[in-house]
Amino acid sequence: MLLVYCPYCQVERPETEFSCRGQAHIARPSDPAEVTDEGWVEYLYMRDNTKGVYAERWRHIHGCGRFFNAVRHTVSDDFLKFYKAGEPMPDLDELAKEAGK
Amino acid sequence: MKRYSFLELAKNAFSAHQNWGRQWRAPEPKAEYDVVIIGAGGHGLATAYYLAKEHGVRNVAVLEKGWLGGGNTGRNTTIVRSNYLWEESAALYNHAIDLWDGLSQELNYNVMYSARGVMMLAHTVHDVQVAQRHIHANRLAGVQNEWLTPEQAKEYCPPLNISKDIRYPVMGAALQRVGGTARHDAVAWGYARGADDMGVDIIQNCLVTGIKRGADGAVEGVETAKGFIKAKKVAVVAAGNTTTVMDMAGVRMPLESFPLQALVSEPVKPAFPCVVMSNTIHAYISQSDKGELVIGAGTDQFISYSQTGGIHISNHTIDAICELFPHFRRMRMLRNWGGIVDVTPDRSPILSKTPVQGLYVNCGWGTGGFKATPGSGHVFAHTIAKDEPHPINAPFTIDRFKTGRLIDEAAAAAVAH
Amino acid sequence: MSQPFRTEKGGRIDRGEQLTFTFDGEEMQGHKGDTLASALLANGVHLVGRSFKYHRPRGIVTAGSEEPNALVGVYRKGDQTPNLRATQVEVYQGLEAISQNRFPSLGFDVGAVNDLLSPLFPAGFYYKTFMWPKAFWDRVYEPVIRAAAGLGKPPKNPDHDTYGNIYAHCDVLVAGSGPAGLAAAVAAAETGAKVILCDEQAEFGGSLLSDENATIDGKTPIEWVQETIAKLASMDNVTLLSRTTAFGYFAHNYIALAERVTEHLSDPDPKLPRERLWQVRAKEVVIASGAIERPIVFPENDRPGILLADAGRTYLNRYGVKVGNKVLVATACDTAWQAAFDLADHGVDVVAIADLRETPPENLVAIAQARGIRVEAGCVVTGTLGRKRVKAALLGRLMTSGQVASAGQVACDAILMSGGWTPTVSLYSQSRGKVVWDEAVGAYVPGKSVQNERSAGAAKGLYGLQATLEDGYAAGEAAANAAIGKEAKVTYAAASGGEAGQGAVLGALPHDRNASRVKAFVDYQNDVTAKDIKLAAREGMQSIEHIKRYTTTGMATDQGRLSNMNALSIASGALEKPIVDVGLTTFRLPYTPTTFGLFAGVARGDHFDPVRKTPSHDWVVANGGVYEDVGQWKRTWYFPKSGEDMHAAVARECATVRKSVGLFDASTLGKIEVVGPDAAEFLERMYTNPWKKLAPGRCRYGLLLNDAGFIVDDGVIGRLADDRFHVTTTTGGAPSVFATMEDYLQTEWPDLDVWITSTTEQYAVAAVQGPKAREVIAPFIEGIDLSAEAFPHMSVKEGTFCGVPCRLFRISFTGELGFEINVPRRHGKMMWETLAGEIEKHNGTAYGTETMHVLRAEKGYIIVGQDTDGTVTPQDAGMTWAIGKKKHDFVGKRGLERPDLVAENRKQFVGLLTKDPKVKLEEGAQITVAQNPATGTPAEGHVTSSYYSPAMGRTIALAIVKNGHALHGKSLYVPMPDGGIEVEVTSPIFFDKEGARLNV
Repeated sequence: MLLVYCPYCQVERPETEFSCRGQAHIARPSDPAEVTDEGWVEYLYMRDNTKGVYAERWRHIHGCGRFFNAVRHTVSDDFLKFYKAGEPMPDLDELAKEAGK
Repeated sequence: MKRYSFLELAKNAFSAHQNWGRQWRAPEPKAEYDVVIIGAGGHGLATAYYLAKEHGVRNVAVLEKGWLGGGNTGRNTTIVRSNYLWEESAALYNHAIDLWDGLSQELNYNVMYSARGVMMLAHTVHDVQVAQRHIHANRLAGVQNEWLTPEQAKEYCPPLNISKDIRYPVMGAALQRVGGTARHDAVAWGYARGADDMGVDIIQNCLVTGIKRGADGAVEGVETAKGFIKAKKVAVVAAGNTTTVMDMAGVRMPLESFPLQALVSEPVKPAFPCVVMSNTIHAYISQSDKGELVIGAGTDQFISYSQTGGIHISNHTIDAICELFPHFRRMRMLRNWGGIVDVTPDRSPILSKTPVQGLYVNCGWGTGGFKATPGSGHVFAHTIAKDEPHPINAPFTIDRFKTGRLIDEAAAAAVAH
Repeated sequence: MSQPFRTEKGGRIDRGEQLTFTFDGEEMQGHKGDTLASALLANGVHLVGRSFKYHRPRGIVTAGSEEPNALVGVYRKGDQTPNLRATQVEVYQGLEAISQNRFPSLGFDVGAVNDLLSPLFPAGFYYKTFMWPKAFWDRVYEPVIRAAAGLGKPPKNPDHDTYGNIYAHCDVLVAGSGPAGLAAAVAAAETGAKVILCDEQAEFGGSLLSDENATIDGKTPIEWVQETIAKLASMDNVTLLSRTTAFGYFAHNYIALAERVTEHLSDPDPKLPRERLWQVRAKEVVIASGAIERPIVFPENDRPGILLADAGRTYLNRYGVKVGNKVLVATACDTAWQAAFDLADHGVDVVAIADLRETPPENLVAIAQARGIRVEAGCVVTGTLGRKRVKAALLGRLMTSGQVASAGQVACDAILMSGGWTPTVSLYSQSRGKVVWDEAVGAYVPGKSVQNERSAGAAKGLYGLQATLEDGYAAGEAAANAAIGKEAKVTYAAASGGEAGQGAVLGALPHDRNASRVKAFVDYQNDVTAKDIKLAAREGMQSIEHIKRYTTTGMATDQGRLSNMNALSIASGALEKPIVDVGLTTFRLPYTPTTFGLFAGVARGDHFDPVRKTPSHDWVVANGGVYEDVGQWKRTWYFPKSGEDMHAAVARECATVRKSVGLFDASTLGKIEVVGPDAAEFLERMYTNPWKKLAPGRCRYGLLLNDAGFIVDDGVIGRLADDRFHVTTTTGGAPSVFATMEDYLQTEWPDLDVWITSTTEQYAVAAVQGPKAREVIAPFIEGIDLSAEAFPHMSVKEGTFCGVPCRLFRISFTGELGFEINVPRRHGKMMWETLAGEIEKHNGTAYGTETMHVLRAEKGYIIVGQDTDGTVTPQDAGMTWAIGKKKHDFVGKRGLERPDLVAENRKQFVGLLTKDPKVKLEEGAQITVAQNPATGTPAEGHVTSSYYSPAMGRTIALAIVKNGHALHGKSLYVPMPDGGIEVEVTSPIFFDKEGARLNV
């Protein structure tokens, strides 16, 4: 039962209030018609699935309903950063270094 | 290799069991192999075994970062069944069933395959429709599966609560009698012993740190904790760590790795005769030969390599078990653990050549890999030896995600494997 | 005399309260404060169980939760709970306990023949045999093995007890209430931090409860414990939980505790839960779980009467029980000497202290000699005699050569052993911390903290009362400081006595016996001997994990807390590798076995999963409707009249709807309000259909794909205003469609000015369908002109129903004139009852989901999830018309263009008519070209829906068939066990193909 921080509500709440929606910063191509089959499969299914520091999407489904992003270490499950949707992806290596992972 | 038998056991009793030999060697890696297999789980070891046995490819190394059989092979709930919906899946898993039957004799190692029957419960009209579709499809495909009324289900599994008053009453069940369980460790050990006997080097505590590709892009070997090992063919059978290993060769995978939990109760005298699964209320349960109730729980919602999971996940499963078997509420959990399962978008595995010449991958079994172990190893060995898939694993390509030719067990049936 | 082994005085038991209990039917006496183990010992009973594999007689070994042997069944309210540790079961009046794993009795157990045959049963023997003949595994070998295995008998009856559940937050959770835990709790509490102190035992104090010799601040340990607990109990910021085991340490400092609330009571208040699950989010955790003593691995070290030295001391000092009259102490550690002294001081004949060390501490030797105790230095036990109770020990002298020379035999009725101490690192290990080998301590101790926790005292290998107390205080202070940033001045209590003991031994001791004939047990419960571990190493098992799995050492109910270190040491010797290179198995949760009922808690019956009911629920129950479960919803399946079966009821309902009118509760359908200037643009992007030109007041059927191109949901969408849509979804799809919409809206198209709100629960929906539908609703509707011209098919308007605001849709899922009335949920019951009364006047009927399915099938309308399965495209479903041709993009458009989705030979949606109109196909049945296809023939498709159609007067079916759109009029077969059924492929629309009935 992870402890998740919602950057909109600015509260920590148990994981069951949230829904994890996979890797963050995968944008749907703005013009899908221009995308090759390879490009489309990349968008649909290919994930970094990183063993280490990973940016992922969470939604405060039983709270404000907003999507936000979190950086989590997928071995320790420690969260390193929470940030609002639309904010740029932080430097994951930098975060890892700060956290000493 | 010294054959195992009761006679041999009795003979050794006279020498106080001082004369048993090693079940497998602990070799140092050679400079070069014909095939290097990354991952000494059940699938990797079975692949090595069939490479040596069926294809005469014996200059093989199986590299393992930890101890053989220590990943999902040694962490799963040991269920064996083949009543999958799609013809492609049924063929693959049924191939495994054919090999399970007789595997102890084949390996001369008692893997304790016990065809005690796998019963999958239906709790809703939709469940019944889905189960019936499976049964019809399975019958045409030659896969054993049959429908039981609630009363028949209770007769087959007396502890089952078929009261109409529970939240999701049992409306019937699909029973695969040839389904059952096997002893997970023995599967890994039996294949290891058999492969080792034919000359395969199983190298434990040997982390792979890189996959080397030549100027033409083809595989040339692997970098390991024990140095560079040359090989023209490298097969990745690394389950939850597949993404990480394939990254070393620059191949992106449609995989996510989730922690999957399982648990056992304290051992008790025989209390449960078969395997019961319920996809609707998320529970599966059997009893081991030792007497423990073996219970499978779900995955966490986020990827993780931690081999642990949240309490709410196993809680939910125990809720379901206690609802179906209310007298088990006084049983007690002895151990709860997690494994890392790699999941594909269509919940079916990938057993395939890759865009890289000489690189092969066997992954994406999600929650259901154990049951396929012999079949998977058998067809994957064929794929590596011939550099082309066996007809059974031909549909299980990486490419299917691009073309859209999915083998979607999950969408078709909401079946947790 | 009752309780012959009870001391004259002392201990924490209440001698004034005598309790009667039974063990295997024999009545015995004990006292309040006794555990079953201490009470049995007081009665001179050591033999309490049989071992797992060899069925050897076994006795109580420990006084704690790590007890491997004394597992008993306890009867309560007629049913028994198996495998309870007698060392944890508190005696109450009328307690009924039984021994386990024996037949026919504990004294005479036929399973003991295994012990004689044990040369045939070394570690892993079952992997090497039972393979011939093949069929015998399932039929003979396995059933025999299963019957022999297992410990207690499973409970037989459903458990009627209740279990509680509490979520709690605290600043500092202290697990364990020995000296370190108490000191930590005091130090943390003084800062004002919110503290929870839990201990698995009935009484706080841990090891202090067994210590009569030390003093703390000049008081006896027990006095100090009582004062400390009284002080903590008086503080509002402290929660004290005894009988509460911290059994699970999860991510982000989430700790699970199991509190046994009524287990110890003879006649518990039925309102109280039997156990209670605490789920605690602690800012900081202090693990003060102490250490446990290690058994010594010598031949025949498993006989009843052989206990750990500290257990002997605990039974004496805490429970007032002598473990025997003639006691041998066998040790490698100073601490056991104190047990010998305490026993001697209580008049027990300590026949000898055999210390394997050549020169035990002189001061101890002097004390022993002063008490007249024989001291044997450099001496080991090489064997024991006595089957159901130890009666003598063989001693051996350690020679400088490493050999052992016999040193005679000594008669005794109990042996206390101590191989030193093992810190209890289970919780630390569960917190994902990595233990490290500490050579000085001779044990694995907690390494770096990876969560907000710290171990204190013996749990980290720190021994000695003074040191432990100090460490506890410091840990409590540091934890509170880390949690709330406050410090407090705590006066550390000063202890005298309770010094740390020196000396330890790991692994199997040398002896002068025939190694191949004797058994020296490492893991008692699983009957694992030193020989087994050596055999595993010989056979190539290199990792401790392999050795564990091959021999089952450490897999017993104590998870190897007693056995691991000895097993590691033996493995290390056999593998010729240092202990640290052998590895250590991971401690898993739970710390001690934990009741399933505790986890399941209140999740039983209707609380297992919430039941969602629609406004018609009470009416349906009163009118005999039959429910089906659809997700969490209860939906009415059909409404049988007296004497009707399902087929008859559905046939009547179908015919009535087509002839006059029917009433259906559609409240479960998902509803989403899409509002904002970009509402139409949003739907344009989400759904396949075009929305921008849909006029307010009009509806359109919407088809939703995923970005892979497959159908995932559908529903009618009404436009109420330029900037407002009322979207409906399938019942099961409601949450996922809403989540998907939010996902695209928030993360892909944040530029769109749209708000979406789930309104499923806001509206009650009644569908009135049939030629008389308009007449039925007209009396109640105001503000809407219901005429066909003003309110044609696929219209939506707002008005009132019985004065209540409503959204009225003119839509149909039956092919008849139809309306769906949405009113605020609180008026749903009124609406339903009003309409139910009205339809009766028109000879109408209420109908359920089955009739709804038949009527829509007659019209060839798909049900997503039944006629589609996540692999079906709009083209496959024959719904190319639903795709906005001019749209540049929508969810799924690009996916639809992928090679396999535009390939030939896709399976397509069709109708099927059996040649014999009376034959109804089975849903899910396969479709083939051949009438009797060979096994393994690929199917052409399958039957998705199949019904008897009253309107057609025959059976109809829907199916997905390869190239089905091109096969209309062709024959195929549905192969069944008794032969193939011939079917004709048709259009899926069977009834009113022109749709004339819709537009009246």
